[in-house]
Amino acid sequence: MVILRGFLVLVVFFLLGEAVRVLAGLPISGGVLGMVMATLTLMVRGRVSNELAAASQGLISVLVLLITPGVVGVFFIVDQFAGHWATVVVALVIGTLLSVLTTLLLMKKVAGQSEEGNGHG
Amino acid sequence: MVDQPELLTALMSVWTAGPMLSIALTLGAFIAAQWLFTYLKRPLWMPPVMIAALMLAAVVALTGLGFERYEQGARWLTILLGPATVALGIPLYQQMHHIRALWRPILVTLPLAASLAAAYALGIAWMMGATPEVLASLAPKSVTAPIAMGITEELGGSVSLTLGGLLITGVLASLFVDWCARWLKITDDRIIGFALGLNGHAIGTARAFEISHTAGAFASLGMGLTGVFTALFLPLAFLLL
Repeated sequence: MVILRGFLVLVVFFLLGEAVRVLAGLPISGGVLGMVMATLTLMVRGRVSNELAAASQGLISVLVLLITPGVVGVFFIVDQFAGHWATVVVALVIGTLLSVLTTLLLMKKVAGQSEEGNGHG
Repeated sequence: MVDQPELLTALMSVWTAGPMLSIALTLGAFIAAQWLFTYLKRPLWMPPVMIAALMLAAVVALTGLGFERYEQGARWLTILLGPATVALGIPLYQQMHHIRALWRPILVTLPLAASLAAAYALGIAWMMGATPEVLASLAPKSVTAPIAMGITEELGGSVSLTLGGLLITGVLASLFVDWCARWLKITDDRIIGFALGLNGHAIGTARAFEISHTAGAFASLGMGLTGVFTALFLPLAFLLL
């Protein structure tokens, strides 16, 4: 019962997100809008109920299960994107290497300047 | 005695009438993958989702079930991604004290790094002559899966291609952060964690929790903020281009 109450809150926020998406004509998914609204609501309230925390933890722990069917699809679109795979792999390998380097250098530079002495770097 | 192939066909049509066969297969693969992942001593290059997907793809192809019928049933699971995305907002709220403590470096790094995470790959793919569909599918490559799937749908890409890209990006980011942090002599777990979550979404975050709890908390933060930032700005940026 407790988890179901939390689940209801999540579903209601999802429905609200869908409503905002359609009413405001935003190109952003209802789930993301619902997430932003949920976070803002919690910030205003200043606390999170046990049932909501439990329900969200439960769903997050099975996220891998929920995305697996989509990942299976990758093996069945190999032909559909024939001729694009070299592009995809090169873009991902070089793009990820560059963005990892950028993030680390940026964080090192900026965090180093405003170091509060509670890290162990 | 009933003819064997006939019996199989009859069983198949009963089982695929509802979603339960797809659900059972997905659950079974998920549990088996978790076990195998632990048994193989948690290899960086082979996350559980890849093991599960490989097993399912083999079963779906070899049994003649076919991807379309499998997917129809599995939709009962994927439909939960909507509320699961909302659920990501709760840990994000619980990380808020980290944001307050380090708001300046986060504020400076996040918009730039999250934009570049998409821009580098898109630029390279564009120069290599990728189609708009491929570009739209690669755009959310550093974003956690449920959010990324929503972005791809909004941009008109292929969700399956996005998920393949996510998988590759997550694995690569875990390896690259390891190498680059050593090369740049960065030992601050907060920076390493943040970089893992920002670039490698859930796969990078799982890796960060293996390093330390602090790294894990900052990875969740990086993943959550990147997801929100990219989901809000990428579709708008695509509209302008």
